Formats: sequence, structure tokens, C-alpha cells
Amino acid sequence: MKAFVKLFEDLDSTTSTLEKVSALKLYFSKTSHSDSMWAVLLLTGKLSKRVLTSRNLRDLFLIATKYPEWLLEECASQVGDTAETLSLLAQSLNLSRTFSIHSSSEEFNLSQWMDLRIPELAVIDDQEEQARILISWWKTLLSSEIFILNKLMTGAFRVGVSEKLVIRALSEHFEIPSDQVAHRLIGIKKAGAENFTKLISKDFVEVSFSQPYPFCLAHSFSDRTNLDFKPEDWCIEWKYDGIRAQVIKRNQQVWIWSRGEEDITAGFPDLAEAFKDLPEGSVIDGEILVLKNGEIQLFQDLQKRLGRKKPSAAILKTHPAGFVGYDCLEFNGVDRRQESLRARRDYLKKIISNLSLSQIKISEEQTVTGLDQLESLRSEARNHQAEGLMIKGWDSIYTVGRKTGSWWKHKVDPLSLDAVLLYAQAGTGRRANLYTDYTFALWDNDPDGGDKKLVTFAKAYSGLDQNEINKLDHWIRRNTKEKFGPVRSLEPEHVFEIAFEGISKSDRHKSGIAVRFPRILRWRHDKKVEDADTLQTALALLKSQEILS
Amino acid sequence: MKDVIVLSKNGLYCPAGDFYIDPWKPIETSFITHAHSDHARSGAQKYYTSLRGLSLFKHRLKGYANAQDAVGVPFGKKIKINEAWVSFHSAGHILGSAQLRVEVKNKVWVASGDYKRTPDPSCDPFEVVRCDAFISEATFALPIYQWESGEVTAQKIKDWWHSDRSRPSILFCYSLGKAQRVLAELKKISDETVYLHGAAVGLTDIYRAEGIDMLQTLPVSEVPKDFDFAGCLILAPPSAHRSSWMKRFKEPQTAFGSGWMQVRGARRRGGYEKGFILSDHADWNELIQTIDETGAQKIILTHGREDVLARVLREKGLEVAHFTTEYSDEEIG
Repeated sequence: MKAFVKLFEDLDSTTSTLEKVSALKLYFSKTSHSDSMWAVLLLTGKLSKRVLTSRNLRDLFLIATKYPEWLLEECASQVGDTAETLSLLAQSLNLSRTFSIHSSSEEFNLSQWMDLRIPELAVIDDQEEQARILISWWKTLLSSEIFILNKLMTGAFRVGVSEKLVIRALSEHFEIPSDQVAHRLIGIKKAGAENFTKLISKDFVEVSFSQPYPFCLAHSFSDRTNLDFKPEDWCIEWKYDGIRAQVIKRNQQVWIWSRGEEDITAGFPDLAEAFKDLPEGSVIDGEILVLKNGEIQLFQDLQKRLGRKKPSAAILKTHPAGFVGYDCLEFNGVDRRQESLRARRDYLKKIISNLSLSQIKISEEQTVTGLDQLESLRSEARNHQAEGLMIKGWDSIYTVGRKTGSWWKHKVDPLSLDAVLLYAQAGTGRRANLYTDYTFALWDNDPDGGDKKLVTFAKAYSGLDQNEINKLDHWIRRNTKEKFGPVRSLEPEHVFEIAFEGISKSDRHKSGIAVRFPRILRWRHDKKVEDADTLQTALALLKSQEILS
Repeated sequence: MKDVIVLSKNGLYCPAGDFYIDPWKPIETSFITHAHSDHARSGAQKYYTSLRGLSLFKHRLKGYANAQDAVGVPFGKKIKINEAWVSFHSAGHILGSAQLRVEVKNKVWVASGDYKRTPDPSCDPFEVVRCDAFISEATFALPIYQWESGEVTAQKIKDWWHSDRSRPSILFCYSLGKAQRVLAELKKISDETVYLHGAAVGLTDIYRAEGIDMLQTLPVSEVPKDFDFAGCLILAPPSAHRSSWMKRFKEPQTAFGSGWMQVRGARRRGGYEKGFILSDHADWNELIQTIDETGAQKIILTHGREDVLARVLREKGLEVAHFTTEYSDEEIG
């Protein structure tokens, strides 16, 4: 496992893409195919072996060492990560191997840990026995290796490297085109040297026919550097608020894949049925939405269809799935991704218009005369149940991942409310020890003229810069009213503008409403607590949304 | 029994001797444990410090005349100040750092300032002083903090520095204590010249004059303008990180040496690529061991995570009190 720990440390100790890629290449050049396969699966988060929860791991440590629980808690709150805390305590208690400059002890490689040792620990029922084995493992490892082992056992291994970088390193080291690696990787669901051999094979290996292509993603329109805008160069369409998906028809069978590269065919039997007459050898890219009587429903309605292995007949009836097609990636069994969007849209129209079904549509191309009109079109997005516009070059090819220049997304400005900070909780990982998880409240006016009171409606974690986080943390520590475990209730004093994408009814918060993707837009130093928005304002927003749909 | 050392608004105070120890608002007679800026401040009438640390102390308070007249007392020598017998004993924190042993009417109190037990070739080792009451820091008073030996850290620093000789390697560490410790540890495994940020130059000269064996150094400012630092090790204070001073180094790799680097989150928050665990304070086990060895029944904790340490000590049956001081619970220089 030494090589993998070294790889982790190399990746963790640089922010340079180039250095990360070279660390990966070095690893692939030195390790066996079975270890490399595991490394790829772990780094891309495709597969993990969670045999214990953090809680289990902690309990095993306490059983084995009889360590005071409060002291462990103090340490954990300083470190912000159970796996790391335990690796440091192992060192402090002399339960780890000590680093010596010349030592090289016998060791197990990554695959042996992942395929044999860790799974064996999982099947032991007796906690005392598990604890004994765990400690015996630790004693053969350095603290830094214990950290990685703990992470692997709790299935929480994460390091700052994207799937794209792993693909790039594989592609450069083994000299295979990166989109080929990306495509093959989608099909790999298991470890094993043979899978790695397939992944890096120079020969053309037929990928499983159910597999989608890697999705092409867009950048935010506001990030573009070339500010010229010639309307005739761009295909403009609504950006719908559903889930991106690819529909595949090969070998007489339909598959539906989500952008997270999950096969969701079983969850959408109504869509699969609607696509059964798609011509053989077709792959289309589009958006799944709930479509009722030709009307697009809210994302909250689609949520009722997500995460279900098999939807009930009732939900299929009340929440019928629909599909809006954006693009065609395969036509007549031929990969069309290197052709222009113009050509691909023509294929799309050909294959979808033959279906002529109420649940399947093609995204409408919008026309504008210039940037002004583009902006006014964008501002109407909500009226069309869209979250903004997609702006794609007519000449663009369908690339892998997010490449700059030809595909842009241009979202509508979010909804927002000014809310009062009421509770805070410390974050984890890099935000350990900093109060960064905030709960916000709105005023609830008493219709009978009584006192208004604050009711919570949203939690948000992001949107402040490090400087503001530090400042707020400082204030929180000095203005805590009460502590409930890790949560602190605070003096109502600070107002923040909270942005969100949608609003709906909910029982989770005292206010009876819930918002989607809440985040902090800005710290409103200019506003007093009394100036924050009311629940009544929020309910009016909710109402206006319901009218629209 | 009257307390030998009490907390006053200006700092730790010994009523029987009428003097202060590392006061944050120095006025009258002050005993200084070591030359870090949160312990050695200007403003006092008269200063005492360890003889071993005298030149560092004078250098740090260069512009202050009373400091230049400071009395340097050899380690272990007892001097009488009013009703109190006072002596300095090595604390192992930085060169010349001392604990202050104060004896009044057969009661012995020790104010330890900052200290560490990990062997360090750039300063004298910590001396255990038996006492009735021990005043201890608690900077790293959590069991997660455990230092490796300086040799291991030095080897890791060398491996990192030598891992990419096409770029300069800048190690950020405090200019008083850490920089010299790194130079002294590296001396055992290297013979290359190391480059210094201006902040560390004068201090390093004093260490050399005190006989500390270190790698050769050159101030960055004395190197020709077109000098290529590729493959060189440069030591600089953390304040130089991301400053314009760094412009003269092409694509450097950077690292930070501090006890806080033990925790991954702390390193990532600081924005350093690499962290080396390098501390001039006692780690958890050293704190417990030291408090044990002094035999003191009363422990007074100052800056750091004193809440956790206090609970553990109380569970061992010791009397624990707390002084709220203005010493930094960061590692500073």
C-alpha cells in the first residue's frame, strides 16, 4: 500500500494539474494492473469498500484501547475527520509503526487490502475480534498509512483529483485517446487486472453496447472571454431543470443513463416504453422531466421519481416522465460526436419526429437578434419552466467533459430572501473547527398583531469567502446563546441574502417551506435584523411559482 | 501558603521578589524566559535573562536601551531578588530559552515559559526541575499532537527538497528557533549551502557565534541578481508567503514547518503545498511526562488547549489552575 499512500500524498500536496498528472503517471508506471485498477476506481469515486461506518471504527478503537471517549471527541473536533483522528491517536498511543529512515517492512499491496483483508474484517461478527484485528493491522503501518486504511474501510476515500485528470494521466501514459479511456471507464464497475488491461488496451475493444458516451458539459456564460456575440453562430435553447440523461437504443434494447453515469432505465419504465421505437443504433442526449398533459412540472415533482428502483403504478400515473431531446450522439450506429451540432440536430429531428409521442419533445431553438434580446429571453426562463438558457455553437463538436469555448449555460438570477443567522455548526475536513454550517430564519408576522418571531427556513454552507468565514467564526464564538451538542444558537444580529433556485412546502423547517440549492449571496451589513424578509414574503414567492406551473 | 507567582494585569508577578516574568506590559524588573516576541517585550526598567540567550535577547530588542543593559545569568546560578531566590534552567524551546525557578521560604515554583523535550541540536536540552507548583504552556495539549524526531523531519525535508531539483524549494518556518534547528539537523545529512530570507540572517549569525553547528548559509539579498535558485533550499518566515519577495523565485515548491501541520485540514487551510511537522513546543506526551517528572502537586496552565489538559491532570488527582495570559497560542517567532 506504500505506493498508493505516496500517490495520495503527492496528489494532496500540490494544486498544480501538471504535477498531479505526473504523480498519477508515475504510479501507473510502477504498479501492477490490479493495483492500478483499484487506484482508478477509488480516485474517481466509482467504487469503494465501505465495511465500517466512522462510528463503527471509533467504537472499535474505544473497545481496543479503553480510551476516554471525551478525549477522543475533543481530538475529533479539532481534526474534523474520524479516520485522521484515529491515525494520529494510534501514533500517540504507540499503536503504529514508527518511521525510521531505512526501514522497509513486508507489506500488502492495495489489491490485497481491498480484495482480501478489508472484506474479511467485514464478515467478522464479534466486535472484540474486529477491534483486535484492526489494532494488529495498525501496528504494521505508519500513521499516514493508517489514515488511508481507515479511509478505505469507511469508504470515504477522497482526494483533490478529478476523474478528468485520472483519464488524462491514463491517456498520456498508455498513449490512448482520452475520450476512448473515458468511454471505457464508464463500463468498468469492478476491480481486477483484466479490467485495467481492457481500459488501457491499444486495440479497439468493443465497449459494452449499453454504455453511454461521456457527457459534454457547459461553462457559465458570464465566464466567457470572447465577448462578441453573433446570433447566427449559436443554437439557443431553454435549459430545463430536470436531470440530464442519455437514451440508448442498441441491440433492440433501450437504456437510460443519468449524468452521474448511473443506469436508471428501471426507474423510468414509462420513458423506456416511449422510446422503444427509436431506430436501432441511436444515442440521444436530453433532459428527463415530469410532463403532464404536455406541461413541464416542477423539479420537486421529478424528485418523487428519483432514487426509486421501481416506481409504483400510482406514481407513474400522477408523475409521468417525459424527455426533451437536445442532441444526437449516435445515428445509424455511427458515433457522430465529431460532427457539428447542426448536423447532429438534424439527426435528432429525424429520429424523434418519427416517434411522434406526447412524452418526447425536441428542445425548441430560440432566435434572438443580439445580446439584449438574449438577456430579455433569459429573464423569461421561469415562465417556460426553465432555469435559463443553453447557448451552443452550431459548429461545435460533442466533447468529453467541460471544455471552454463552445457550450455555455446562462442561468436566470436566483430567487433570494434576506434572512437572519440563527444557528451555526462547525464544518468538517478543511472547515473543521470553523463555524461554517449556518441556519437562517425569516420573520413570521402574527396576523393578530402579536410579536413577530423568527422561524428557520434554510441551511447554507457556501457563498462566503475565507475572510468573511473567519470573521463570522470569530463573532459566533463570542455571541453564542446556547450550545446544543455541536450546534450553537446565536444572537440574531446578522442578515444575509440567501439565494435559491426554487421554493416548496416542507415539514422539515419550522417555517413550513423549503428552498432548493440555498447559498449565501452576500452578507448584508447594511441591513438590521428587523429589515430581514418575512415568511409571508416567502409564501408569496411560493404562490407565484405555483401559478406559473 | 502564599502563592509565589500570581497573575497581574501586566503579566506573571512574584510578590516576594517584586518582579515580573515575561510581562506583556513591562514596567519594573522583568525576567525573560526567551527571546520570542510575545515573551520578550520592551518597556521594563531592568531585565534579567539567561546568559545563553542574552545576545538573542539584545538583538530582538535592539532599539531599547534598558534591554541592552540586561543581566545574563548562567543556567543554574541562584540569585537573590528581594525575598526570592531565582535561577534559570534550560527549557529546550530555542537557544537560551529558560524556565524560571523561584524559591520563596522553602516553596519552589517553576514558570516554564515555552518548552519542548524533543532533542534539538540547536539548543540545550530541557532540564527537569522538581517543584511544588509548575506553570506550563498547553499550546499543543491534545493527544493528536506527537512529534517525530528532528532527524526524521530533516530527512523528509531533504527528500522533498531533492525530489525536484529543477525548482527552488522554499521552506517557511519562523526565523528564530525553527530556521536554525532545520540548519543544524540538515548539517548531519547534507553539505549544501542554504539561502536565507533577511529576517533570519542576524539571528542565524548569533547562533553560529554561540557555537551551534549549522549548514552554510547565504542571504538571498547577497546573491547576484541573475542567480538561478533551481534546486536550492531557501528558508523564509511565514509572513513572506505570497509576498512580493517570492517573485525572484521561479515556480518554487513551498512547504511550511509547524506543529499545526500534524493535521491535514490545517495545512490545506493555510494554502501550503507541503507541511512538515516541526514544533518548538511540547507535544501531548511530553506535557504529561514533564508535569509528572516535576513532582508538582499544583499545575497552572497558560496558553493553548488548557481545558483538555486540565481535565486529564485533575483526573490524576492534581490541583489545576489557569492563568489567562497574553502569550500567543500560535507558534511565533
